[in-house]
Amino acid sequence: MKTKEEKRDSWIAMGLLAGFYVLLLVVEMVVPPTHMLFSILKKSAVYSLAAVSMNLLNGFTGLFSLGQAGFMLMGAYTYAILTMPVELKMGDSVYKYYDCIVHFQTGMIPGLLMAGLVAALMAALIGIPVLRLKSDYLGIATLGFAEIIRAMFQWDALGPLTNGANILSGFIDLNHVYFPFTQVKIPPTFFVFLLSGGCIAVIVLLINSSYGRAFKAIRDDETAAEAMGINLFHYKELSFVISSFFAGISGALLAMYQFTVKAAPFKTSMTYEILLIVVIGGIGSITGSCIGSFLFIACNEWWLRFLDDASNNILGLNILRSGFRKVVFSVVIMVIVLFFSRGLMGDREFSVKRIRKRWEKLRRRGKDAAKGGGEA
Amino acid sequence: MKKALALLLCLGLFCALFAGCGGGAAEAKEDVIYIGVFEPASGDNGAGGKQETLGIQYANSVQPTVEVGGKEYKVELKIVDNESADDKAPSAAAELVGAGCSVVLGSYGSSVARAGGPTFEAANIPVIGVTCTNPAVTEGNKYYFRICFLDPFQGTVLANYAAGELGVTKAYCLNKLGDDYSGGLVNYFIEAFEAAGGEVVHEEFPDGNMDFTSYVAKAKAEGCEVFFSPVSTEAAQLIIDQAVAQGVDFPLLAGDTWDSNVILQAAAGKDVDITVTTFYPEGAKPEFDNGFKTWLKGNATYLANNGGDDTVAAVSAMGYDAYFVALEAIKNAGTPDSAKVMEAMWGTTFEGVSGPIAFDAVNGDAVRTTAYVKHANTADGTWEALPPVTVE
Amino acid sequence: MQFLQNSLPYLLAGISVGGQYALIAIGYTMVYGILRLINFAHGDVFMAAGLMMVYLSATLPLYLAIPLTLLATVLLGFIIERVAYKPLRSAPRMSVMISAIGVSYLIQNCALYFTGGLAKVYPAIPWISDTITVWGAVTKRVTLITPILTLVLVVVLVLFIRYTKIGLAMRAVAKDFETSQLMGIKINSVISVTFIIGSLLAAVGSLLYFSNYASVTPTSGGMPGLKCFVAAVFGGIGSIPGAVIGAFIIGICENIIKGLGWTTFSDAFTFALLIVILLVKPTGLFGEKATDKV
Repeated sequence: MKTKEEKRDSWIAMGLLAGFYVLLLVVEMVVPPTHMLFSILKKSAVYSLAAVSMNLLNGFTGLFSLGQAGFMLMGAYTYAILTMPVELKMGDSVYKYYDCIVHFQTGMIPGLLMAGLVAALMAALIGIPVLRLKSDYLGIATLGFAEIIRAMFQWDALGPLTNGANILSGFIDLNHVYFPFTQVKIPPTFFVFLLSGGCIAVIVLLINSSYGRAFKAIRDDETAAEAMGINLFHYKELSFVISSFFAGISGALLAMYQFTVKAAPFKTSMTYEILLIVVIGGIGSITGSCIGSFLFIACNEWWLRFLDDASNNILGLNILRSGFRKVVFSVVIMVIVLFFSRGLMGDREFSVKRIRKRWEKLRRRGKDAAKGGGEA
Repeated sequence: MKKALALLLCLGLFCALFAGCGGGAAEAKEDVIYIGVFEPASGDNGAGGKQETLGIQYANSVQPTVEVGGKEYKVELKIVDNESADDKAPSAAAELVGAGCSVVLGSYGSSVARAGGPTFEAANIPVIGVTCTNPAVTEGNKYYFRICFLDPFQGTVLANYAAGELGVTKAYCLNKLGDDYSGGLVNYFIEAFEAAGGEVVHEEFPDGNMDFTSYVAKAKAEGCEVFFSPVSTEAAQLIIDQAVAQGVDFPLLAGDTWDSNVILQAAAGKDVDITVTTFYPEGAKPEFDNGFKTWLKGNATYLANNGGDDTVAAVSAMGYDAYFVALEAIKNAGTPDSAKVMEAMWGTTFEGVSGPIAFDAVNGDAVRTTAYVKHANTADGTWEALPPVTVE
Repeated sequence: MQFLQNSLPYLLAGISVGGQYALIAIGYTMVYGILRLINFAHGDVFMAAGLMMVYLSATLPLYLAIPLTLLATVLLGFIIERVAYKPLRSAPRMSVMISAIGVSYLIQNCALYFTGGLAKVYPAIPWISDTITVWGAVTKRVTLITPILTLVLVVVLVLFIRYTKIGLAMRAVAKDFETSQLMGIKINSVISVTFIIGSLLAAVGSLLYFSNYASVTPTSGGMPGLKCFVAAVFGGIGSIPGAVIGAFIIGICENIIKGLGWTTFSDAFTFALLIVILLVKPTGLFGEKATDKV
């Protein structure tokens, strides 16, 4: 049974969340859509989903997996190939060197779902052999699979499906999302937040279910969990597949965000970026992953850009030039890693309850102080 | 200690936030026109992108103001590094869009141009492709224009050169996997070369490859008579080095990317035969060459960005032309408003240092029929101009 | 015979790359053996050694530049350990690994800043970079020197670990970190020595590697680094001979794959090989079987 206070807190939390979405919608209506803020918000929403799905594995199930980029790649390609208009596929502008063998197109929602499912299917196949491995070995094996997936998608022989290593474009992107059965555009940033927020909500529900408790049990002590009757392989596979499903969707969203897809950028460095986000946010904290991804993307691609501009140099020092932004950014990351090794949020969540507790504590202390003052 | 550090970090972030936003707010100056420079300064195409940017910067220093609708505007460049990376291109493009550019120039490298294109399209900002030669850049994106020739043309010129001037019948083609530029050019080269009765061995190398031993060895083993590899200058250095190490006797042939002093430096003093096609041969317009060289030498950073010497790269000349085409379009539009500039773009013509420039009505591609051919003189590290090739 | 003639260049390239990989892989395997840490920054230390050589040789003669490069790389490895790994010794293993990724990120971005994102041409070292002909295959002399130098260095290293006091300490720490600490072994100096040896070998490896492929970019260290780690896992992580053999196998296979025209898969093949070995023999070719204590 939930206590009255807990109920109230969750209502407040939901209200705050709804308020945030309304605010987002309003901001998007008011501010010109070309503002840098939206570009950053969109990308960080996409990365939030990727980071949370990785967190499900690394933070909640204790499986050290580095295959994220590979599953995102699968999702991105599936989505792009499915939703690209048939005329474009048959034409010469995208599939220049191959004849595309996919003679149909789907809508956006089926495309997204398929993106997740294809990635999940691949994960299910990979998981059977790989999940027997432990810790670092698992990490390096999944990383290897991600690289193999990337090579497969660049393979000539699959060209009629994947367009070889060449770029895919012209599929349904963020600027062409409409309300169902109408010609009214959904504001792109709002749409990404809605989708990735929905997916993250599903993951949160999962974590709080009996499955989630099994995952955490495996994370904390595999042997004990097994002794309690948890089928290790079954749950590990489940977590791996679900995580990959959402990684696939986040890949598809990334494709929508960047208008084009190519296998080349889905390198290990992309996985590292997501891992950094997870760790900076706090391993095992969903809200941490979301906040982390916003801070990471915004610092990397927006706030620090002035450091690259040579015209901002003062005092005749010639240190500001192209690339300085990245140096500063990596120093910031090192500082966070070294001095806040548990990340911004640790394994806690940003919750109304905690804020309320903190507030009450402060008030009590204030009262005590006042009382003490009165006595003296 | 930790708390202080946390505080410091937060403070730093907030400052940055304000700097970012503040910068945005301060930009809305009345009498300034912004021209975006969407070029790579790092990554695979960093060297070429920097040289192209130099051409644009030089043009800006020559002509820093423009008179539009009876009012004098100052022209400011907004330079953003797209890192030669497709996944960084949209946000780099968004940065330019957010800065309120009237028109954007770039990018060196066709892949990033394609990845950034839709962002500009969505913001109604026209882009002038300076040296991205892949046809797909402008196809289906009416906001992308281009002032250089296209790959089908360049590929044909190179194939004809190989089959005609060199008189060879078997060619080795190497391109980077998933690279629009080299992949496209090799494709058109093969088409034209096979049409001329030649035979082709075609291979691709993956991203990040350092070892070209096996590719050069393959070309030798197959008995190829020419090595066609229009890849980025980074890979080109390694290919030249490997070709020298293996003592190949066939000539190396490449497109406009190799027309760079980086290649001259890599080949200097070595026994290797390099021929390239390009947009502009140094010495064609002495006035431009001398002005550019003087300007370069006046600033150590510029000189370093140009690869350390004052060779005039064709991409710099193209960047120079692109800037003036942009000004011309703004003048024709009579306003800095990007949507109006976009409309005026179709009818814009300009007599550039690289030849006359006009856009065709289909995709907004430049109408060009001449490619210049250069041969590397490895003894004194300069380019020798060969007779230009014209295809109608 | 014709076949041999045709495949000789690939084989030579494979052996030479294998030797260079081996020198880097030793750094991975030693650090992992002692700290259980995948030192993601090691590949970037290798790249940094290449860049330092480029900059030093621009101003100094080679006989000064080469030893200085080795020294500077060793110093870099030492500093990285002291600044980025030592403070996290009691933190969870994940934090240390993230710190390694952070260092790798930092080194790459510094390299990007200093080079301006441009590829640097590696200086030609006389004699080593000369062209020679081996049974009709033209190659650089470094191709032949690499495997010999690698073997010599490995033998010296193995002897060092077997017969010196610090070598004994290293073996003890690798076997049981805490017990050896209790036995009075100065853990920190042992770890520092490990990093110093690893960085020194990486610097030698970079000399050989970049003499062969004479271009250094900020990302030059990424792929070789990853492959060397794979080589170390392949051979059984913690085992030096294992790492060397793994590196040679991977170097040769990679080039044979290229020779067969499957260039798209030359990187992927390395990982496929790794996954197969992990599934068949999870501890690698020469790894010791570790039992989990409950």
